[in-house]
Amino acid sequence: MATLRETKCGETVKVVKIRGEGAVKRRIMDMGITKNTQIYVRKVAPLGDPVEITVRGYELSLRKADAEMIEVE
Amino acid sequence: MKVKIALAGNPNSGKTTLFNALTGSNQFVGNWPGVTVEKKEGKIKGFTAKGEEAILVDLPGIYSLSPYTLEEVVSRNFLLGEKPDAIINIIDGTNLERNLYLTTQLTELGIPVIIAVNMMDLVTKNGEELNVERLAKDTGCKVVEISALKGEGIDQLIQRAVSIAKTGKKNSPAHRFEGCVEHAIAHIEEAISGKVDPSMERWYAVKLFERDAKVQESLQLDPSLLAHIEEDIVSCEKEMDDDAESIITGERYNYIGSIIEDCYKKRVKKQLSTSDKIDRIVTNRFLALPIFAAVMFIVYYVSVTTVGSVLTDWTNDTLFGEWIIPGAQSALESIGCASWLTGLLVDGIISGVGAVLGFVPQMLVLFIFLAFLEGCGYMARIAFIMDRIFRKFGLSGKSFIPMLIGTGCGVPGVMASRTIENDRDRKMTIMTTTFIPCGAKLPIIALIAGALFDGAAWVAPSAYFVGIAAIICSGIILKKTKMFAGDPAPFVMELPAYHLPTVGNVLRSMWERGWSFIKKAGTIILLSTIFVWFAQGFGFENGSFGMVEDMENSLLAMIGSAIAWIFAPLGWGDWKAAVAAITGLVAKENVVGTFGILYGFGEVAEDGAEIWGTLANSMTAISAYSFLVFNLLCAPCFAAMGAIKREMNNMKWFWFAIGYQTLLAYVVSLCVYQIGTLVTTGAFGLGTVGAAVLIVGFLYLLFRPYREGQNLTVPKSINGKMNV
Repeated sequence: MATLRETKCGETVKVVKIRGEGAVKRRIMDMGITKNTQIYVRKVAPLGDPVEITVRGYELSLRKADAEMIEVE
Repeated sequence: MKVKIALAGNPNSGKTTLFNALTGSNQFVGNWPGVTVEKKEGKIKGFTAKGEEAILVDLPGIYSLSPYTLEEVVSRNFLLGEKPDAIINIIDGTNLERNLYLTTQLTELGIPVIIAVNMMDLVTKNGEELNVERLAKDTGCKVVEISALKGEGIDQLIQRAVSIAKTGKKNSPAHRFEGCVEHAIAHIEEAISGKVDPSMERWYAVKLFERDAKVQESLQLDPSLLAHIEEDIVSCEKEMDDDAESIITGERYNYIGSIIEDCYKKRVKKQLSTSDKIDRIVTNRFLALPIFAAVMFIVYYVSVTTVGSVLTDWTNDTLFGEWIIPGAQSALESIGCASWLTGLLVDGIISGVGAVLGFVPQMLVLFIFLAFLEGCGYMARIAFIMDRIFRKFGLSGKSFIPMLIGTGCGVPGVMASRTIENDRDRKMTIMTTTFIPCGAKLPIIALIAGALFDGAAWVAPSAYFVGIAAIICSGIILKKTKMFAGDPAPFVMELPAYHLPTVGNVLRSMWERGWSFIKKAGTIILLSTIFVWFAQGFGFENGSFGMVEDMENSLLAMIGSAIAWIFAPLGWGDWKAAVAAITGLVAKENVVGTFGILYGFGEVAEDGAEIWGTLANSMTAISAYSFLVFNLLCAPCFAAMGAIKREMNNMKWFWFAIGYQTLLAYVVSLCVYQIGTLVTTGAFGLGTVGAAVLIVGFLYLLFRPYREGQNLTVPKSINGKMNV
């Protein structure tokens, strides 16, 4: 299963599942990344991490380690 | 009649602007009990005159009422524990989906909620449409359109909010979840019926469904009932193929999706907004770092070296140095004041506090920049750009700013840590910022470099290197300790759209930060300077106690002699060096001056050129470098300690920070001296063994395995307050 980590800049993907549990997962979901949400990967930070995405009409940045928890298609 | 209204909303929803617009200048800014999360309260304008009073409490900016971040726990406890009469939920009209997520949670609390849709002018300008009546119907709340920035709709909002607060008419949450979720929740509601406030049954039921540990604990349900509830949850989880917490979050967003469809008309084709265009350049892969460097240079250059230092020099040299101090001196002398009292007032209090207040203009300039960077949205981008480097040693991308500013002065550096939201990152930043050599430590570096290293060019850069290494090692060591291990630090951060902050907000933010420092100068710093002045000027001379002519007879010299043995393993067990280090606590530049006095030179130049010879005779190159390292890393001056205490807002953390800094300074200096002596002279002794043991211990702390924690540890003081 592909994760958000591997998604390239400029691609739009759909969330299938969010792995993990507890605080980090809840935080990611609280910010609006839930099942079936569209995510557009905007850019990667100059040093290669974190990434910036557009979700539910606003810009969010998250680390690649956390992006790995998000399964997409 | 007195009503209490809470103001809740996402960060960047215009909450601060609305709060300021509603309360004007009747504000009280402090911290929530036990934690450094800003707490603001104010009287709503226009309701004090009619014999009525409406208090507005500004909750921290939050995205959710989960139990996982400090801000959210603080807000939750306030809403549940103190039961305000109404909640004003401010939401950003340009970002409805995520903002309504909090709304779905607030409406379950059994407290009347009124929604203030902010930035309506922008929504219209973007060519989008929001049907307010439908939003009101879908959420079950009263809705008011406002523009906090332009002050539109504010009066109507106040009228409605106060009238709702007075009638206490509760709104029942309009949203419904998926069949099996509702089914389980209904079961739980039934099970806890009678145990909680009826209006809050749904909230408790949802939280129990989510297995919220804090709520489970506070209700103390009996185990068989919990097991029964657990069955319902598990069967629902099976049906939905997800864990309970995620089911609820997903359901809330699904429900919001249906609201949006019903009342919001998005523009079909999206053009690049101005904010997008700015962001394309500012966080561009290649341009981001140069632009960042340029911005930092301007902030640093203007606030620390040009405008800031001109103002600070003027305050120190002209305002205090030429007017206030000589003025006070002659005024006191003219009224025949006793010389010791004049000395206390002028040399002790006015000079001491004046030295600290001298930083105020510089700080105010800096705070203007910080407020601007925060307000316009660039601060979040700094974290975005720098995060990769700083998170390696337990800090955040935003830690860069305090450290950069710390090279000028540690006081505003520590205070700049306010911009870091994450509690753990902030505490860590506060503890490590003063390791960077500040402006006042430069004379010490110049003294040591000149006296013992022939002014070698490598000494000054090595001091910065020691400071940076101390920060990196401390970050790695501290993040593995118990005090920091418990708190998770997910870096999921919103990058808000760029916009120009208002002049009023920038100035207000500047003043709030500046004023809190000035107050500190009046209390702890005042007491500390009085003590050092007293210890420096009084002592036993010719068999009687009194003011001393020779500083060698002062109490401070006695204290220095008494503790000098502590520093013997560091290579400078001479009491003069110990005293110099102590007076460095008042202000680091005092170290050089104290040496001057103790070596009998009176006034010395800033780099202490007159005493180079004497100093070179009393110290070796190794012991002098050890002395330098100790003074660079140990507890900072009183002003910076005051800032640390203010920002930690907790005595335990304050002492932990100071203790850690001093301990680290001691250990590093010890190792420098002992190992340095071993290498240069081959002398091997007990100290060498001690240093070797310390180095091994240090390396262990640095490299031991580490796992990030998952649970938030909330200080006892706020847990105790939680009477849900």
